[in-house]
Amino acid sequence: MGFLTFLLKRLLGLVPTFFGITLISFFVMHLAPGEPMSLQADFNPKMTPEMRQRLRAQYGLDKPLYVQYAKWVKGLLHLDLGRSFSPDRRKVWDKIKERLPVTILINVLSMVLILVVAIPLGVRAAVKQNSLFDQVTTVLVFLAYAAPAFWVALLLMLFFGIELNILPVSGLHSLMGYEQMSFWQKVLDWARHLVLPVFVSAIGGLAGFSRYTRSSMLEVLRQDYVTTARAKGLPERVVIYRHALRNALLPLITILGLSIPGLIGGSVIFESIFAIPGVGQLMWSAVMARDYPVLMGNLVIVAVLTLLGNLLADIGYAAVDPRIRTGLQTEE
Amino acid sequence: MSERVFRSGRRFLQLFILLSGLVVWSLCQCPNGWAAGQEKPAYGDAIVVGSIGDASNLIPMLATDATSHEIAGLIYNGLVKYDKDLNLVGDLAESWEIKQGGKEIIFHLKRGVKWQDGVPFTSKDVLFGFKTIIDPKTPTAYAGDFLEVERADAPDPYTFRVVYKEPFAPALSSWGDIVVLPEHLLKGKDITKSPLARHPVGLGPYKFRLWKTQERIELDANPDYFDGRPYLDRYIMRIIPDPATMFMELKAGGLDWMGLSPIQYKRQTDTPFFKKNFKKYKYLSFSYTYLGYNLRHPFFKDKRVRQAISYAIDKKEIIRGVLLGLGVVATGPYKPDAWFYNPNVKRYPYDPEKAKSLLASCGWKDTDGDGILDKDGRRFSFTVLTNQGNSLRDKTAQIIQYRLKQIGIEMKIRQLEWTAFINDFIDKRRFEAVILGWTLGQDPDIYDIWHSSKTGPKQLNFIGYKNKEVDRLLVLGRRTFDKEKRKEIYFKIQEILAEDQPYTFLYVPMALPIIHARFHGIHPAPAGISYNFIRWWVPKNEQKYILP
Repeated sequence: MGFLTFLLKRLLGLVPTFFGITLISFFVMHLAPGEPMSLQADFNPKMTPEMRQRLRAQYGLDKPLYVQYAKWVKGLLHLDLGRSFSPDRRKVWDKIKERLPVTILINVLSMVLILVVAIPLGVRAAVKQNSLFDQVTTVLVFLAYAAPAFWVALLLMLFFGIELNILPVSGLHSLMGYEQMSFWQKVLDWARHLVLPVFVSAIGGLAGFSRYTRSSMLEVLRQDYVTTARAKGLPERVVIYRHALRNALLPLITILGLSIPGLIGGSVIFESIFAIPGVGQLMWSAVMARDYPVLMGNLVIVAVLTLLGNLLADIGYAAVDPRIRTGLQTEE
Repeated sequence: MSERVFRSGRRFLQLFILLSGLVVWSLCQCPNGWAAGQEKPAYGDAIVVGSIGDASNLIPMLATDATSHEIAGLIYNGLVKYDKDLNLVGDLAESWEIKQGGKEIIFHLKRGVKWQDGVPFTSKDVLFGFKTIIDPKTPTAYAGDFLEVERADAPDPYTFRVVYKEPFAPALSSWGDIVVLPEHLLKGKDITKSPLARHPVGLGPYKFRLWKTQERIELDANPDYFDGRPYLDRYIMRIIPDPATMFMELKAGGLDWMGLSPIQYKRQTDTPFFKKNFKKYKYLSFSYTYLGYNLRHPFFKDKRVRQAISYAIDKKEIIRGVLLGLGVVATGPYKPDAWFYNPNVKRYPYDPEKAKSLLASCGWKDTDGDGILDKDGRRFSFTVLTNQGNSLRDKTAQIIQYRLKQIGIEMKIRQLEWTAFINDFIDKRRFEAVILGWTLGQDPDIYDIWHSSKTGPKQLNFIGYKNKEVDRLLVLGRRTFDKEKRKEIYFKIQEILAEDQPYTFLYVPMALPIIHARFHGIHPAPAGISYNFIRWWVPKNEQKYILP
């Protein structure tokens, strides 16, 4: 019961936060110079002033800002994100929806890759603190972190795509003959195309996660219960992976919760480089074109996911860590 | 970084798309020889074209971006089009008559032409397109030319008549592919929500096949095309936002056709691999870059100052440094191979001494010995604005900065994001000088950029140029249909602009397409290379993509 009220309270608390986010974003967005017609109309000799006014009226930009915001909120309550201001005038949700799957796929794969590589790396670095291995991995992950993604991507393309000619340079699947492929051939085709983008989007994240695991692990290894476990005569492997690692991973739950919005965020850099039609590119062009409805639509999704991610992290933390759970109960 | 890529990307895209320039010569050694032209053209194969940006809307009047028009140009047709020598010829129109001293145009349409869904094309489709484009509810950027129309009607299915309020010379060319729409699919519907935006139905050589947003657009040959079926079975446009990736795709065999940057053209494609597999072309693009002065500013009111700056800038040096020689000096607002280009206007060769003496004659002298000229206690120091991310303009600015320093003028460079640049600086006239470029049309009319009535907010004569004689000639040029008389008028305008130097005209860059060597039938002409795209073909034994 106590947990349910806690949940309900937290959920209710999210509502004003959510509208606060949209309100501030809406007004800040309009502070940026220029208007949605800019790209179509600026410096276009064929564009007459009347046409410009007409377009403004069609987009509702001739109304005061608060009216525009109210209209937008009204649409949102009906789950209608409106129509894009770009010449295609498509529904915002349609534009985002068609790009979500590939963005989520790549981000989930890259998150899995990060976890699979970073956790063992961090653990080993912590166990062998200050060893050669620790120092080498530190240098390597920071190099990976510091290297510009676009540069790494281009090098990899050049090497695997052109020199060795074993991987495609860009795109999501083969240009010709894709429709005739069997299911497994299609999977293989996708996999070949996704190797480089997933790798490139993961290498930046490796540094953070492995460092985090390392420091958290170091913390835990100093705890009394680890000494106890060792004193009991348990094998070192069991001490580290069963007793220490489990506790060391607790803070990672928070980080994972916070990464949820990132899963749909996409990245304009690797999406542009690998010519992947993801959310990142949509957002980028929406910012450049001042396509307010698309920006707001994407923002709504990111805001909801951020808030939910936070909430889930809190809940997940409570769920796995008895100390927090009991602490919660004794407080009440 | 990304901003840079984005902007310069758009630039190259423009160069690449505006294929209507003049091919000066082809550099290729043509391994298969032009003898190939004697072979019988074969049907089949596909061409894969790289584009930096995705299309936005495939109803031409609703789109303003180059990619949309590139695709729509293969799907739709107009009443008239420009031929390979940039003459207006009939497309859907068999012929036309100009009456009432240019006020009335009567088009006689071709018979037996069908929309790609099988419905016959008639003059009603043209009338419908016209009514749609002038409809205030249609969000189009192209209504301007059509608002000059007094009335239009379709007396019979193969005749379309339009009457203008006054003779309007650019009118004829406006009846291109932007204004012909399938009435049977659009009548009574909201054009902004029409499925045609993503699944167009046209009259042209290619039919729409599929469009995956931000990924690719595919078109299939239209076997019933009224001007003969195209040889290439399929046209595929791949959207690759990053120019470096696009170049690698070209190398990896994933692309057949893209626009190169000067460095790619000169250095990176100068390898045996490219010479064997590709052909490169170059021709002057329909655009120019300029240094424009705010003529309201006290520094630049005097034309001698502007002339002095023009003398102080070595334009050939800019072309060598920025374009690697792949461009020519601009002397006015037209490219040198246009029929209305005047080659005999006043030129401003690099001459720093002349620049200095001109400045001295206006009272600009270095009295305090700090190396910068001054007059009435004011130093000759100004800021030039340019848009962020266009590396060509950035480098141009730096070279100019260096040269002006030598004659005692301090020029600072400031780069701004495009929208902010236009809205906060250009529109509010808060600038001293700018480096920008104009894209040119095939018609010499430049009323919107130079007429003194166009200096208002959001209008294009933002530098505030006012010259009564130019005003008169610009109006006259719009009213005159005779080609020779128009030529004289625009020759005179160029002379005045060259004398006044409201801009220092810098350079006309070249378009630099590269195309896979298996394609035959590409014959460079003043209009560029794509004018006969439907006649390009690949010999059977060289075809790469076998379509089912």
